Parts: sequence; C-alpha cells; structure tokens
Amino acid sequence: MAHFEKSNGIVDWLDQRLAIKKFMQVMMTQYWIPKKINFLWAMGVILLTMFAILFITGLLLVMYYKPDVALAFDSVNKTIMQEVEYGWLWRHMHGVAASVVFLVMYIHLLTGIYYGSYKKGREIIWISGMVLFVLFSAEAFSGYMLPWGQMSYWAAMVITNLFGGIPFIGPELVEWIRGDYAVGDATLNRFFMLHVCLLPIVVIAFVAIHFYALRFPHVNNEIAEEIDFDLEAEKYLAGKKKEAKVISFWPDFLCKDIFYVCLFMIFYFYLVCFHYDFAMDPINFEPANALKTPPHIYPEWYFLWSYEILRGFSYEVGLACFGIAQVIFFVLPFLDRSNVVAPAHKRGAFFVWFWLLVIDMIVLTIYGKLPPVGINNTIATIASVTFLALLIVVLPVITLMERKAK
Amino acid sequence: MASRRSFMGFTLGAAAAVGGVFTLVGMKKTWDPLPSVKAAGFTTVDLSPLADGELRTVEWRKKPIFILKKSSDMEQSNTDIIAGDARYTVVIGLCTHLGCIPAYHSADKEFVCACHGGKFNVSGKNMSGPPPKPLEIPPFSIDGTKLVLGEIGKEYEEIMKNVGKA
Repeated sequence: MAHFEKSNGIVDWLDQRLAIKKFMQVMMTQYWIPKKINFLWAMGVILLTMFAILFITGLLLVMYYKPDVALAFDSVNKTIMQEVEYGWLWRHMHGVAASVVFLVMYIHLLTGIYYGSYKKGREIIWISGMVLFVLFSAEAFSGYMLPWGQMSYWAAMVITNLFGGIPFIGPELVEWIRGDYAVGDATLNRFFMLHVCLLPIVVIAFVAIHFYALRFPHVNNEIAEEIDFDLEAEKYLAGKKKEAKVISFWPDFLCKDIFYVCLFMIFYFYLVCFHYDFAMDPINFEPANALKTPPHIYPEWYFLWSYEILRGFSYEVGLACFGIAQVIFFVLPFLDRSNVVAPAHKRGAFFVWFWLLVIDMIVLTIYGKLPPVGINNTIATIASVTFLALLIVVLPVITLMERKAK
Repeated sequence: MASRRSFMGFTLGAAAAVGGVFTLVGMKKTWDPLPSVKAAGFTTVDLSPLADGELRTVEWRKKPIFILKKSSDMEQSNTDIIAGDARYTVVIGLCTHLGCIPAYHSADKEFVCACHGGKFNVSGKNMSGPPPKPLEIPPFSIDGTKLVLGEIGKEYEEIMKNVGKA
C-alpha cells in the first residue's frame, strides 16, 4: 500500500488518489498553444460544443422515441413535437446541430488542408479526424432514418442497396444488413442501436484519440512555423509571457475559443429559432411508404457532393468512384509527399489546387440537389472526374514539382 | 519451461480463435431475417381479373411486384410468363440502379425511374439511363391462373434459363 498523508483539503485528498493536479497541468494549464493562430483554429472546440448539444438533446429525445415502424413516425411528429414540453425545441436543436456540425467539420477539414496540418508528424491527427468524419456520417445517416418518414425510408433503401454492388455476395449482404427482404422493422431497430449506442461510444473514443494525437506534434499555426515547444514553454513559465511563442490552453487560450463558440451559438440558435426547417426535408413529414417512391431522392446537403460523384458515372463505375471519394481524404498525407509545411498561399500551385478543389466540391453540392436530367448529367460527370483527378493526379504532381524545386 | 509457456500460449490462442469464430457465426445469424419474416415471404395473386395492357402492383416481401398483362401490340419476350393463353411481365418493381420504384407510362409503354432517369420497356428490359440490368424476376410458380410469388416453379426455372442465354 502506498503512503498517504493526512490531506489538507478536498483537492489534496483527490490529488493523492487521482493525481488531479498533474492531470490538470497536462490537459489545461501546461498544454501549450501557439500564439499565431486565427479563428479557424476554434472549430475544434465548436465541434466539441456541438457534440455535447447533440448528446444531451439526444438523451431527451430518446426518452419518448419508439423504434417500431408502426410507432416511430407518430412518436416523433406527434408525441415529441406536440405533447412533450419543449420536445419541439430538443428536436430542432438536435436536427439543426446535426446539420451545422457538418458545416463546421468541413471548415475544420479545409483549414487543415490549407495550412498543411495533415503533414509530417500530424498524420495521426488527420487520420483520426477523417475516421471521426466517417463516424459522424454514419451517425447522421442512422439518425436520419429514425423518424421513419418517406425520405428516411428511401434514403435507407438507397444506402443499403449500395452494398448490393459488392461482387458475389451483394444481394445476400443487403438482406443481411436489413434483416428483412426490404427495409423494415429489423432495419429500423438495428439503426436505432447504432445511432444511440454503438456509434456514439466509438465517436467518443475517437475524439479522445484525436485529442491525444495532438499532444506530441502540437497544434499547427498560421505560418506553419516549427516551434520548440519545450523551450517556449520554459520562457512562458519563467514569466516571459510576451516573449514566448506559446500560451497555455487554460486560462489564456480558451477565452478566445469561448468567444468564437459564443458567436457560433448566435448563428446556431438563430437557425434553431427561425430556420429550423432547413434541416428538415418536407418529404420526411409524410410517413414511410414502401410502395411509393418520392419523385426525386436526394440526401441532406452535406452528402450531396459524394452523392453527385455516385450519380456522375454509370452504375458500377459510379459505385467505385463513390467508394474512392469516401476514403481519398484519408490518404491525403501520402498523396502530398512534399516536405513543405506551409500555408497554401505560400505554395503557389498548391494554392490554386486548393481553391479548385473547394469550387469543385461546391459545384458537386449544387448539382447533387438538382434532378439528373440533360446538361446536369454532363456537369456531374465533369465535376466528378475533376474531383478525382485533382486528388489522385494533380496533387501528387504538384508535390513532385515542389520536391524538385527544392 | 519455455516450451511449456509457448504450449500454453498456443492453447490460449487456439481456444480464443475457435471461440471467436463461433461468436462471429452467432452474431451473423442474429442479424439474419427472422423465421417469421421468412415465412411471410409467399403471396398468391389471381391473374384472371387483369385486362389487356393493365398493370397491377402487388406487395411481396415488402417489395412492389409489377404484373403487366401484355396486349397483342406489345413486344414479346422470352422472359414473359405464360398463364392460360395470356402473356405477362412479372418483375420486382425496384429500379436495378438504386432501388427506387419506376412509374409505368402506359402511353409510351415504358417504366421510368424518376430518381436517376432509368427506363425499362414493357418486358422489364433496361433501355437507357444508369440501370445496369433488366428489372428482376421474382421466384414464382403458376397454379392455373394463380401466381404464387416466393415459390420456385418449373416455369420460373425455364425463364431463368432464357435469361442466362440472353
């Protein structure tokens, strides 16, 4: 048994048993943040806030939600929306947060690309972040199914059907995933399990890994300067706070993050209170009907770009390209083999590449929503080819050129 | 001593592997469709009330089944189902692209899927758009003028042979 002394208070008592002082140092007071970072670095804390909101509102909703094809639609649209006190608020907060969390995630992701934060020492941060993106996508999709409206049903139909494209085992695999010959009660219940239990646990685990991965290479900065964190931390601790290139996460840095979280909350609650419908497709207020397809099926806005890549080609090719588009960002650190860690505007060709990628993804998003007729199909194919070419061909070429120039 | 330890290691590994396989099989089976779902997989339809050129949609295994009684001016196909003296197109009404339900346009005599613009002719053959193959034919058997969906009859096997050839 270790030696314990009589404690001089509750903090000391806990410190002897849990080392909370050391823990606070590692997590907060001696976690060093570079000074030269702008508002784009606040997205991580905004995402964490959004996740907390989703978690808490989700707990309140799940108390009244019924995962049964006969009851699900009414439990959401009648019980939660009309009977439960403030049920409408939790639902709209949950729905809007699920949508804007993707907006912030895309900004977070593009910031990482722009400043080269996926490179040299920060690969695990990037990859764990991409895993989080995929997990959030699965979480969003499984949640989208639960109100059991027409769009929920047909989204489930289309997405589960995608697995039918896998050679040899496709059709059997689809039936196995659904637990029925078509999307039905078994399907709803297993998606419910994924949405409220399995996926949130895995998300939380990966959030922890994502944060942990930051501790060694530290946060990147606006000018991609390589900082000797030990040296700068020494200066800071010696009281030369002005001279040091770093500050502590708590209490110095977090106030800036919290300021941006507050700004974001204004935008968020503006949407929740006045434009909650942007995250609610009108078709989804019609109960699911297995014998009638809505005239035009499209996903929520944040999946439109990859949906458009699926539509841009013939069936098998589209499916393969869709698969590639889902995983291509994972290997970004290995497609960009240049050793230069610098913001895009210091990298010439890479800067052009970055904005072409952004524009192309916006085009894919816009056309993903439009019905696939006439000229739309041509644009879909061109934009899809451009997307794949930019990542698979152009990016490695740019980085090869950069390596030669050095 | 070392060999005894490695023997224990191998034993542990083997026991874990066997247990793991059994667990995976059990988990796979838990996700399989339930017996009650499988048992409800048969539907009987009486074909006699259909008029020439009329399309009827019935539900089988939660999927829409198109039954089209062909009129004399429609193309004949070796995938037609012959019951009595009439020819029928019997197909699963889900687009072979991503599973939306195509609508029947009787004037143009084609099935059009609104989702991605796929078109099928009266025999369920894919004519244009992204669908990679014809509308699927559900397993069936014929009992006089009655069609039993979900049961594999000799007529179904014959048609599947034709499909293989075409």
